[in-house]
Amino acid sequence: MDDADSILQRLQQQLGVEALYQQQTVDDILTLWVSKERIIPAIQFLKTELPRPFKMLYDLFGIDERNRNRYNGLPMADFTVVYVLFSFDRNCFIKLKVALRGEYPSINSITSIFKNANWYEREVYDMFGIRFEGHPHLTRILMPLTWEGHPLRKEHPARATELGPFKLEDEYQDRQQEALRFKPEDWGLLEHGDDADFMFLNIGPQHPGTHGVLRIILQLNGEDIVDAVPEIGFHHRGAEKMAERQSWHTYIPYTDRVDYLGGVMNNLAYLLAVEKLAGIELPDRALVIRVMLCELFRIASHLVWFGTFAQDLGQLSPVFYMFTDREKIFDIVEAICGGRMHPNWFRIGGVAQDLPNGWQRLVQHFVDYFPPKIKEYENMVIRNSLFKARTKGIGIYTLEEAIEWGVTGPGLRACGLEWDWRKKQPYGGYERFEFDIPTARNGDCFDRALVRVEEMRQSLRIVKQCLENMPAGDYKSSHPLTTPPLKKFTMQDIETLITHFLNVSWGPVIPAGEAMSCIEATKGANSYYCISDGSTAAYRVRIRTPSFPHMQMVPFISKGYTVGDLLSILGSIDFVLADIDR
Amino acid sequence: MSATEHILIVIGVLFVLLNIAAGLIWVERRLLALWQDRLGPNRAGPLGIFIVLADTLKLFFKEDWIPPFADKWVFILAPAIVVGSVLLSFIVIPFAPGIVVADLNIGIIFFLAMSSFGVYSIVLGGWASNNKYALLGALRGASQMIAYEVFMGLSLMGVVMLSGSFNLADIVAAQKNLWFVVTQPVGFVIFFIAGIAETHRLPFDIPEAESELIAGYHAEYSGMKFGMFFIGEYLGITLISAMIVTLFFGGWLGPAFLPPLAWFVIKLFFFIGLFILLRASLPRPRYDQLIGYGWKIILPIVLANLLITGAVALLIRG
Repeated sequence: MDDADSILQRLQQQLGVEALYQQQTVDDILTLWVSKERIIPAIQFLKTELPRPFKMLYDLFGIDERNRNRYNGLPMADFTVVYVLFSFDRNCFIKLKVALRGEYPSINSITSIFKNANWYEREVYDMFGIRFEGHPHLTRILMPLTWEGHPLRKEHPARATELGPFKLEDEYQDRQQEALRFKPEDWGLLEHGDDADFMFLNIGPQHPGTHGVLRIILQLNGEDIVDAVPEIGFHHRGAEKMAERQSWHTYIPYTDRVDYLGGVMNNLAYLLAVEKLAGIELPDRALVIRVMLCELFRIASHLVWFGTFAQDLGQLSPVFYMFTDREKIFDIVEAICGGRMHPNWFRIGGVAQDLPNGWQRLVQHFVDYFPPKIKEYENMVIRNSLFKARTKGIGIYTLEEAIEWGVTGPGLRACGLEWDWRKKQPYGGYERFEFDIPTARNGDCFDRALVRVEEMRQSLRIVKQCLENMPAGDYKSSHPLTTPPLKKFTMQDIETLITHFLNVSWGPVIPAGEAMSCIEATKGANSYYCISDGSTAAYRVRIRTPSFPHMQMVPFISKGYTVGDLLSILGSIDFVLADIDR
Repeated sequence: MSATEHILIVIGVLFVLLNIAAGLIWVERRLLALWQDRLGPNRAGPLGIFIVLADTLKLFFKEDWIPPFADKWVFILAPAIVVGSVLLSFIVIPFAPGIVVADLNIGIIFFLAMSSFGVYSIVLGGWASNNKYALLGALRGASQMIAYEVFMGLSLMGVVMLSGSFNLADIVAAQKNLWFVVTQPVGFVIFFIAGIAETHRLPFDIPEAESELIAGYHAEYSGMKFGMFFIGEYLGITLISAMIVTLFFGGWLGPAFLPPLAWFVIKLFFFIGLFILLRASLPRPRYDQLIGYGWKIILPIVLANLLITGAVALLIRG
């Protein structure tokens, strides 16, 4: 933590000692409270002046602090805005918090420093009503423009039953539809250029190329994209709000549905944060089981991406072969978890059940079966010259741009940076496995595809290692907060019985504090920032998903290309709408 | 040939063609399914063949909607043009000795004229729909057609030089000893490529480009008007396959153990199958890539082919 101390010292020199207050968190990430006036200089300093700077705005979110029970000496706040920055040179995060007072406070925008702050600030405004001064276009981003209230504020109801019966009146419907009408002038887009009139093409919300309910409005000159405005939020289900009314345990199934192709990988990101808060250490067997399932899901997710990407480019057949193989993975998942896409199978302190008898045979079969298939698909799709013509040199971004826009995962590795959180900040037992980090150099659609295909091979390597070295032992921790707890002593002593009963009926009480996890999910870095107030439910859960910043980048990388290229770009990004909207 | 016979041939050809076009719905779906490891339609009738009936009935009974913002008469006319022009092309095709609707001595030119005519259906359909996706599709269709018409015609000139006739029956007869695919391989490949572009099938289905423009120029069409585009596409495949067979693969010629018509049909379905296989295997190039490829690569090749064929033909004839 010398690094953290030196950063703190440098910041104190820069901003003055009284401007900063350090908060201790269980995740060992330097957490500083900064006064509202100093936040811009602080972030500016961390990004540009500090040696080995914090180049990436990793996350930005708000917290409604008005219902807090325990402040533990922290600055008094009605709302908090949290900035999470990341430094690739230092391999460390830093959290800056700003306390805001008042019902509808405001704070200066950092969009001039970080480009990707744009959408994050809009989200905070949308969810909390906090205004960002100097933001170029501060409108709602996830909720409909006509929405009343700001959902993540504590007074906003979380259940439909609290809102009264819904009626779709004609007048209401007209108003909603009118709100969806795209007005170019709102976005600073011109209808006429120097020598041409522009056409505005509305792609989505229902369009086969968007892979879900996403709307992209294109400003076109002929077929050339002049500008694009993605509109998201159609898939918003308030996953973060639900965390505040579910118990720590019963929230797990909701995480499954965030990146719905990642399955248990989402459970892992959430549980890592919760387990940090609770201080639970996992037995080896549980760790390896989790890794194996996660890597199987990574392959499944990449297969969906691969097939649909080929289909976007007009190749109709690969998607069928790849979904067939994905089905084989689901057969394994089903045998182990009972579920398929949303197994909801990891638990606080372990996994739901031990592996079934004969699981080795299933996994072994797949490990043997799959490598020739990857080879086949590579020949079919990647080495196809039409495929190359459609993807090489399309949708390029440089490493600097990728970091500036918050790109993580395969999209970052395609720019040549060998960065994988499984290697750089190993979590959940990944440090025990041997695998390589595939990279590519050009950062175009083709390279992103190459990286993903190679990742499937590496994941398979990890699965193989799990298969060959599965440790014996418990599949759950014996920690009292493990939910549901091991039943070994439940019927023998009253204390365990009581804990068991409480943890299962009310749910476990996670100690007050806050912790952030960061995992290498299928699409990039996925984080859960859990804040506990010492209750059976989270006070606030923030889900940082990789697809959100990736989607924000689409206008930037699609300018100057054609409508056909946009499909290559969207396909190569590999986003999931639920992962964007949560 | 008596008038009755002639009328019978016309009716027979029309009947068979329309049935082939409809039957291709089933053939294509079954073949695609076979190549894509799935089952395809297999419920109605033996091997699911009645899916044709179900599909056709469905098309007839669907609401035939004309969008209020469309140009009504052009909107109605456009799908008729595609079917009309393709069916007209078939009148010059000799299916077997004596089985031809009109034995024109300008057969090839008539075919080229009719296939150029077909592009009007795309442009007018896309324009009359008054829809941005349809318009983009129509624009793409028009430029694709212009590019590929040029060397479609040029690729056939080698065959014309060798046979010395525009009449298709004469061209078939000229292949008695050697199919033109042997002497004109470049011409065949280019005609095939142009034919795919002409019928706008995958990989050159750029005017429709499902994942980009949804359905392109026929996005607004429903019911039997859409059905006409649909049938027009299958008729187009049949036409291009028939032309390939006639011009390069000896038409009805074949060993005597099967009648000439059977040889024609066998060869025809081979090429139809090839069209479907292409659809199952290739991705779609980008619109400007396709046009650029046409003008920059194919056009020089086809011109060179023409030059060499002419030189060699002159040399041989002394």
